[in-house]
Amino acid sequence: MNKETMIKLLGVLALAVAVVVTSPNFLRSGKSDTLQVGILQLMEHAALDSVREGFIDQLAELGYKEGEQIELTYLNAQADQSNLSVMSQQLVSNESDLIFAIATTAAQAVANETTEIPILTGAVTDLVAANLVESNEVPNTNVSGTSDMTPVDKQLELLVRLAPDTKTLGLIYNSSEVNSEILIDIAEQVAQDLGLETVRMTVTNTNDVAQNLQALVPRVDALYIPNDNTLASAMATVGAIAIENQLPVVTADTGMVSEGGLGTVSVDYYALGRQAGAMAARVFNGEDVAAMPVELANEIELFINEEMAEAIGIVIPNDLEGGE
Amino acid sequence: MDILITALSQGLLWALLAIGVYITYRILDTPDLSAEGTFPLGGAIAAALMVQGVSPIIATIVAIVGGMSAGFVTGILYTKLKIPPLLSGILTMTGLYSINLRIMGRANISLIGQQTIFDGVESLGVPAQFVPMFVGIICTLIVVGLLHLFFHTEIGYTLRATGDNEQMVRAQGVDTDRMKILGLMVSNGLIAFSGSLIAQDNGFSDISMGVGVIVIGLASVIIGEVLFGSLSIAKRLLCVALGSMVYRMIIALVLNLGMNPIDLKLISAIVLTITLASPMVKKSLDKRNGKRGI
Repeated sequence: MNKETMIKLLGVLALAVAVVVTSPNFLRSGKSDTLQVGILQLMEHAALDSVREGFIDQLAELGYKEGEQIELTYLNAQADQSNLSVMSQQLVSNESDLIFAIATTAAQAVANETTEIPILTGAVTDLVAANLVESNEVPNTNVSGTSDMTPVDKQLELLVRLAPDTKTLGLIYNSSEVNSEILIDIAEQVAQDLGLETVRMTVTNTNDVAQNLQALVPRVDALYIPNDNTLASAMATVGAIAIENQLPVVTADTGMVSEGGLGTVSVDYYALGRQAGAMAARVFNGEDVAAMPVELANEIELFINEEMAEAIGIVIPNDLEGGE
Repeated sequence: MDILITALSQGLLWALLAIGVYITYRILDTPDLSAEGTFPLGGAIAAALMVQGVSPIIATIVAIVGGMSAGFVTGILYTKLKIPPLLSGILTMTGLYSINLRIMGRANISLIGQQTIFDGVESLGVPAQFVPMFVGIICTLIVVGLLHLFFHTEIGYTLRATGDNEQMVRAQGVDTDRMKILGLMVSNGLIAFSGSLIAQDNGFSDISMGVGVIVIGLASVIIGEVLFGSLSIAKRLLCVALGSMVYRMIIALVLNLGMNPIDLKLISAIVLTITLASPMVKKSLDKRNGKRGI
């Protein structure tokens, strides 16, 4: 082996040593007094960030302040799934006392790494479908938490009140998001119960939105959008097309309403994070996650975008006024 | 220590992808983007079969065959329909998005609680922590061994020669189109293999798991080459596997240093740039020192 190869091999070895030495638990001897809380979030997103903030704020209010009673390790995979596994392992090897996983794949990655550390979820729509719990009532795994299951029925009822002439409802979502698909299935059922026809349209990224929506618009009287990350990013486009075609758009998320929707009845993500924070405090007090029922959002809010209503010529019924 | 083990195991599982990319990118000298579709295809086939109760080994083998079929399609587009290779790969990748969704039936299949290859190995008595590494080492050695044998057969030599000098090979009366199709099939079979293993290790298969894999594969190939230069074919393939492990260690280091998550991608890119640029820097330093010597 020549000298150059030796140097390179030593370089690789040095890299390996650096990875070990910089790992968070390298110098920690034994368990410290402070509780270790790990947070794994799939990506930067207004709703997901609100969940995290609510969680941290609620814990602080219940006497678990960051840097005092608890030590927080926050990791964000920046929407790159190949990071999730390494990050989960990092939180597990960090000897976390609790891991808060925000979004479905983040929760699945953590649950795959540990069956012992309690995991609480934030913003996972269906924990049973994601195979994280056995049932929402009794998880029977090391996972429980909050579900951001949207009140689809209330949202479509709102739509019918705002636009009573609606006969055909368009449903648009990204086919690669499981949560969206679950909501769309529910929406189709609810729409049927309300006597509405439905037409589905899918997109795969934000670039598709304008064209696919233009193709959908002539066939429908109104539009429903689930909490879909792709469409949330393209709400400005949706809003412009909606105004142009005088189309009422009801969304599942408040952020989307302010950026181009007409209205919604929605989960308050910050409050949802607070609910998860309260669950975390119960876990710290010795409660067993396996027996804690998954919680749906307690706080539901009405949001109406009045500018949008005016732009598409919809009169808001008196009893619905006062929403933002 | 755990983090190092995870990084190395991940590197070994991703090494199969890197070797697949190496075959098209370096040996065939044909850039192929099918990987972004065949990687999740591997995960999709394996996961869909496993939740139906098919044994994980058979599911993984079917995933490899699926990847090879996709490579075959890219090969036909490229050689028979004369579509440029980059576009052929993009066409296959785009079409596979719908096919992968059809295979899975939805965008995400969870494998938590399913019997995977990793559980099988664990039941043989390997400590849980080392299972992914063990599987990675075995798979990498088998693949490199088989490829070593293959590249020393007559067809293997012809395939390598096709990448080096197509005109010459064709002058010998060889159908180079067949060689290209074969290379794309082997490459995409390996990439699907990698995808099926990653899905089993992660505990889920997701429609978006292919995003960015071509960058990971190319980075591993280049890191491996920068580190160890040109060697015999088997050693070169092993260096690519090593490159994949080094790539994962770099990512682990970046994560450890507690960077602001927003900067993660930028820092990864900078660290990779430094690695990739190091041969150039070294060359110019040598030149300068040499001049001073005169």
